[in-house]
Amino acid sequence: MDKKYWKKENEGTSKMKKFTGSSSYVATKELMNAVNVAIALQKPLLIKGEPGTGKTMLAEAVAESLNMKLIVWGIKSTTKAQEGLYVYDTVQRLYDSQFGEGDVSDIKRYIKLGKLGEAFSSDEQVVLLIDEIDKADLEFPNDLLWELDRMEFYIPETKETITTKHRPIVIITSNAEKELPDAFLRRCIFHYIEFPDKDKIREIIQVHFGDLDQKLVDAAIDAFYDIRSMRQIMKKPSTSELLDWIQALQISGVDVKKIKDTIPYIGVLLKKNQDIDVVKGYRHVY
Amino acid sequence: MFIDFMLALREQGLSVSLDEWLVLMEALDQGMAGNSLLEFYYLCRNVLVKTEADYDAFDLAFAKYFEGVETPEDIPQELWDWLNQDELERDLSDRPDWAKEYEFDELMKMFQERLAEQKEKHDGGNYWIGTGGTSAMGHGGYNPAGIRVGGYGRHRSAVKVAGERNFRDFRQDQELDIRQFQMAFRKLRQFSTRIEGEKTELDIDGTIDATCENAGMLKLVYEKPRKNTVKLLLLIDSDGSMAQHARLCNQLFQALHQSTHLKDLRTYYFHNCVYDYLYTTPHCRHGEWLETEWLLRNLDSEYKVIFVGDAAMSPYELMARGGCNDWYTYNEEAGILWLEKFTHHFKKCIWLNPIKEDRWQFAWGSRTIQEVGKLIPMFELTLDGLDKGIQRLLVR
Repeated sequence: MDKKYWKKENEGTSKMKKFTGSSSYVATKELMNAVNVAIALQKPLLIKGEPGTGKTMLAEAVAESLNMKLIVWGIKSTTKAQEGLYVYDTVQRLYDSQFGEGDVSDIKRYIKLGKLGEAFSSDEQVVLLIDEIDKADLEFPNDLLWELDRMEFYIPETKETITTKHRPIVIITSNAEKELPDAFLRRCIFHYIEFPDKDKIREIIQVHFGDLDQKLVDAAIDAFYDIRSMRQIMKKPSTSELLDWIQALQISGVDVKKIKDTIPYIGVLLKKNQDIDVVKGYRHVY
Repeated sequence: MFIDFMLALREQGLSVSLDEWLVLMEALDQGMAGNSLLEFYYLCRNVLVKTEADYDAFDLAFAKYFEGVETPEDIPQELWDWLNQDELERDLSDRPDWAKEYEFDELMKMFQERLAEQKEKHDGGNYWIGTGGTSAMGHGGYNPAGIRVGGYGRHRSAVKVAGERNFRDFRQDQELDIRQFQMAFRKLRQFSTRIEGEKTELDIDGTIDATCENAGMLKLVYEKPRKNTVKLLLLIDSDGSMAQHARLCNQLFQALHQSTHLKDLRTYYFHNCVYDYLYTTPHCRHGEWLETEWLLRNLDSEYKVIFVGDAAMSPYELMARGGCNDWYTYNEEAGILWLEKFTHHFKKCIWLNPIKEDRWQFAWGSRTIQEVGKLIPMFELTLDGLDKGIQRLLVR
């Protein structure tokens, strides 16, 4: 095959914005594929996965590696779709009119853009993270369909249309607390982050701590997966808890041989009394 | 284009819409499948499948459709065109004649011989074991019938990945864990504002009225937020035949007890069928009970009732007087009559059965399962069954 063509082709692809992981975030090949597909097709990327598999971190890593600004819209149970677009502070305007403060005729002063509006109106392309979308009301995703599809919205009060100059890269995370509506799902690229296996975890630890005592890491990982495999555990420890734990172990300088048997600082790994009892119970048996 | 694949997916129960299919086509046109079947597999999954619960069905469909596609030659031409379109890989046509396909045994022998021969690291070329070449052995290169040595399998068969069915555990028709139960029960809500509580929400109409009354000076009025009004009565069979389902029922019970959104939750236990007494503990001990009549008198008919049990018993336990299998009690009325009392008093009752629905016809106790099912809508105790049951409870 023609070598020139090869080179050209390569240059072409390198210009396209591609996510290849970052210095502080270990992404699987599947995950990188998913991110790149979403970027290329200009569709929101919906990420699901166990807590602590780095769903939120992903958006940070994407923003960092593509050198873009990250806008985070954290969703709470009371969040309304409208708040993401803009808020019209009518109460303030009314009060102002009664007390004669400020220029009440300028409605724009009382329109405050939400996170979505901020991302749309940004001069540069940004990464928009809609975090934990499932926390909101069941109808919430449906209310955003048009805006996410067309990447624009209309403010009736000022007769203004906010359109995007650069389509933001939208990353949405969900903990599967609520089912998302089909119409919404159809518009997304979906990826489920599996819990990392031992090799991947090792890589993640490496990224976070650099070179650690290999024996300590091995012992900690073994104990960690051992605890995760216990069926009675109600809240399985996640990656972030493992990282905290390893830090605790490292700082305290615990005897490596004792880690698996005694599980020092168990409170860092497990957050429920019942779970701690379960693990202690196992230790008694053996 | 290769629309068969879409049909195969739909056959597996995946609701692939035309929109999504067109998005996939667009992605393929953009060369997003890279150059391997594996990447094609992930692309399809990203675009077409929207919940991990469907990953398994997707794997099945994919494995079935691409069954026997172990080597590049087996890939349907249309797909192959796509996979090849950005030509990052060496074209197969420039493969020299000598790169013929070896038998596996022969290959292994050659591999060992050559490994013994080879003394240094080798990249490129066509004879030594190394990387990026066309030799039958090495890594990252291309020979359709070669041995890969270490490294990442670029051409790891996607069919094999799909065949592994790593997501079997996520199927929704499987039994559930506590969290999934909770998710299902969160749907059990009916909102109303006629409940006591703090007034925290702005009442628009009230505010307008009050402001008018106040000669135009703004006066804010708040109202009570809407709250869930669902009250639930949970009745669990703790008979011996339920022992095999104990874990499942226990999870259901825990999930309900952890959920805080219900207005009221009451749990009682019974043996096989409901008679004169309902037990307050799962051990169903003599005396640890309350009268069923009392319950029917004291709980209002708005309570939604969920029976959990296998409904499998000897026919007389359901149909006959004195059929109760508790030694110390005698029931004047047959179990089925007691169940009728429940359906008469409470507007909404469902029965969740841990026995799979397709076995209701054949399982031991199928006769009583049928009879109970006629009286109380019965659903199997899986996520799907629970969803249907909850919908049934919420229909007004």
